Amino acid sequence: MTDIRVTEPPAHAEPRKLGGPRFRPGEAAFRALLLCCLAVGIIFLGVLLTYVLVEAWPRLDSRLWNNFPSIRRPERAGAQSAIFGTIWVVAFTALFCLPTGVMAAIYLEEYADPNRWYNRLIELNIQNLAAVPSIIYGILGLGLLARQLALGTTVLTAALTLSLLVLPVVIIASREAIRAVPQSIRQASLALGATQWQTIRRQVLPAAIPGIATGSILALSRAIGEAAPLLLLGAVTYVAFNPEGLESAYTVLPIQIFGWISQSREEFHHLAAAAIVILLAILLVMNAAAIWLRNRFSKRW
Amino acid sequence: MSPPPRTAAPDPAARRSLHRARPRYGERVIQALLLLAALVSVATTAGIVISLIPPTAEFFGRVDVGEFIGGTEWTALFTKPEYGVLPLLGATLLITVIALLVAIPVGLGAAIYLSEYASTRVRKVLKPALEVLAGVPTVVYGFFALSFVTPLLQEHWPFGEGPDFNNALSAGLVMGVMIIPTIASLSEDAMAAVPDALRDGAYALGSGKRVVSVRVVVPAALSGIVAACVLGVSRAIGETMIVAIASGNRATLSFNPLDAMQTMTGFIAQAGSGDIPVRSFEYKTIFAVGALLFVITFVMNMISIRLVRKYREVYE
Amino acid sequence: MNHESAPDPATHRQDPVPDLAAQDASRGRSMALAIGDRRRGRPVPSLDDPVFHISDLDVWYADHQAVRDVTLTIGRRQITAMIGPSGCGKSTVIRCLNRMNDLIPGARVTGKVVYYGENLYDTEVDPIEVRRRIGMVFQKPNPFPKSIYDNIAYGPRVNGMKGNLDDLVEEALTGAALWDEVKGKLKANALALSGGQQQRLCIARAIAVRPEVILMDEPCSALDPIATARIEDLMAKLASEFTIVIVTHNMQQAARISDYTAFFTADVDSEGVRHGRLVEYDTTEKIFENPADPRTEGYITGRFG
Repeated sequence: MTDIRVTEPPAHAEPRKLGGPRFRPGEAAFRALLLCCLAVGIIFLGVLLTYVLVEAWPRLDSRLWNNFPSIRRPERAGAQSAIFGTIWVVAFTALFCLPTGVMAAIYLEEYADPNRWYNRLIELNIQNLAAVPSIIYGILGLGLLARQLALGTTVLTAALTLSLLVLPVVIIASREAIRAVPQSIRQASLALGATQWQTIRRQVLPAAIPGIATGSILALSRAIGEAAPLLLLGAVTYVAFNPEGLESAYTVLPIQIFGWISQSREEFHHLAAAAIVILLAILLVMNAAAIWLRNRFSKRW
Repeated sequence: MSPPPRTAAPDPAARRSLHRARPRYGERVIQALLLLAALVSVATTAGIVISLIPPTAEFFGRVDVGEFIGGTEWTALFTKPEYGVLPLLGATLLITVIALLVAIPVGLGAAIYLSEYASTRVRKVLKPALEVLAGVPTVVYGFFALSFVTPLLQEHWPFGEGPDFNNALSAGLVMGVMIIPTIASLSEDAMAAVPDALRDGAYALGSGKRVVSVRVVVPAALSGIVAACVLGVSRAIGETMIVAIASGNRATLSFNPLDAMQTMTGFIAQAGSGDIPVRSFEYKTIFAVGALLFVITFVMNMISIRLVRKYREVYE
Repeated sequence: MNHESAPDPATHRQDPVPDLAAQDASRGRSMALAIGDRRRGRPVPSLDDPVFHISDLDVWYADHQAVRDVTLTIGRRQITAMIGPSGCGKSTVIRCLNRMNDLIPGARVTGKVVYYGENLYDTEVDPIEVRRRIGMVFQKPNPFPKSIYDNIAYGPRVNGMKGNLDDLVEEALTGAALWDEVKGKLKANALALSGGQQQRLCIARAIAVRPEVILMDEPCSALDPIATARIEDLMAKLASEFTIVIVTHNMQQAARISDYTAFFTADVDSEGVRHGRLVEYDTTEKIFENPADPRTEGYITGRFG
């Protein structure tokens, strides 16, 4: 912007014609460069998916979900315990973090006075937590939940840790959904003599639910793919049984994949790729559900 | 002005008072419960700090702070342990720099395209496509770095000896792609917040789109863009799975990206996934490195949040 | 009432509203002179039976004083209009009458709004109870994204009103002159109605909780002339039962429907900040035919705007 050059027009210049659009090589090259930037990400994604699928192909069969892991016999190994472990852990993560996250979002959007220091602190804290490395949550789970509270390295500890990890994501998404409900709806309700909670429960929440659900699914899909914190929480052992309760030992798909990647034998490499396909398929279904929800209940006002 | 009232209001006793008929304890209880839920997030931070401090204090009871910060040997899990964190810190730094060299230009370019060039329809398709990248689990990135990118680099390395089986380069490159959506999406938000009046001013002077984007929009959105980059740094420093899989478990102080090296997160993952007794000193080292990692990312996050507030204040 | 049964064929006929377009056209050129046009058959304006005594009302939004020193009395079962240029504080004043200003962060009210002997701003007063008794209709129709039936039933439900809900819904819709148009489709989404119908639905929703006063904040500003005429007819009808306060940016509307008119204007202070102020308050006839204040005259004759 500081680059200002003043050039005197030539003394007797003919006025230049405002002809059709000129080809500007600089503009075109810049535009191409920007498109390349976008392409980098998308091509990378394409190559990654293709590679994983190709590598997985030899092992993509029913052994994967029917069998349990095996260290010595990769040709018989499967990921059933990891699949079930993932379902257990994520189900309880949802149970813990969704109510808490939605309630916190309601508080921050509908009740909190942003001029109060403690509300500002909560807000700042959530923004920070959203960017705290996931392995730090593992340390929290290990130090506080597994050891101090003596919960051990169980499904419960894993679910609680992942709940805290995705809580900021749930809160931020729910707040956006609640904020999208027009103020006029709240005013209409309050002007009829409804209390604040009646207004929230009967008008704001029903209108915000699709948005909250979309955000929650995306948050949970983050929990499904998360491995780092669970490394510290005992998921890295070979678990040859499905979880039977909150106290049970467990493993999950990303950790199982990590375990197989660390093996040197070629068969485990294909096994890891096959398990990745399962993991990505689960995430794909969840994301599709989120997009469907968003479009199905897109704003009506 | 207004005609004086001639009669008093009807007998107030005959009417129901406007005073609160019942105290509505329910409303209060609900508000308290909601506040409590919001406080869970504060408790989480408190929990992190509480779980970090005692073992870290014990660690520094035995290891000199100067030795920790300045030492160039990290062999915490060996029989003759050394606790110099520089190899871990150096590896973290190197991989972060590689990742940012990929993510900042590419992410920024994508953001400029999405914000300044793409039509609404194109943006609606491309933005979610880019965000899919952010949804891929990091263990998958790690797998890809180790078994696709590294062999590719080894095969086609043009100068001399290629990278090791575990190396910082492929971990950094793949991590860079992972961070692209973070930088692109936050930068695009910042650019979208730049008022059109600024753009119009430049167009009215006869500037082309490229000049307007680079000379007007980017400078105006700079604090938001920097915030996005800082957040990208924070994510790179904290990323675990990619480095645990692709860059190796050997803590070496080296700035050669072709070498294997171990980052802070890589060490925590390695030490934490083994079966370490609580009372052992190795257990404490996890927390000491964790505390350092938490402090670094905390500072980064605060800078980023500050910067985002700054541009919001200016334009919103 | 059986709102689920098949729609009565009769409902599909145009309901017998007088030909409003023609009426409007005949009124056409001399709209401003049509004082009390819709007041035919209504009693002589009177403040003998007051509902509100507003005295020394000041409203602040954070550091900005939006309204300064307003004092006026509003009579029972009268239609009181508040007019004036934009930024004159008329909407702010009407929102003080049911404590809707409480919902704006940083809003502060001083002075008194005495409602049947009780100051609405006493600390003991429950704003929920205030809003239950003093209903409000907003500028833009704001039905809930629910069925027509649920829109009307919402107020009675949250207020725990006893009685047959179906009857209540029918009564409210009839009262708002909407029943004949919607009785066959009470389960339909309220957002499918036309703008004018939506606004009448909002009026029906307000009267369903049986308030004593209905506040209307520019209720017709988002509507076309025909829908506006219907709402004006409706207001005249409702005034036999309710006290109505209406803010309008349309002087002709105030002249047509109201018994009393308050004219507000904005003082601009030395720093260029606007403060709303009440200039003149009297019967509508007096305000429009023989205003006491030259500023009022200037406004209604269109010299100032």
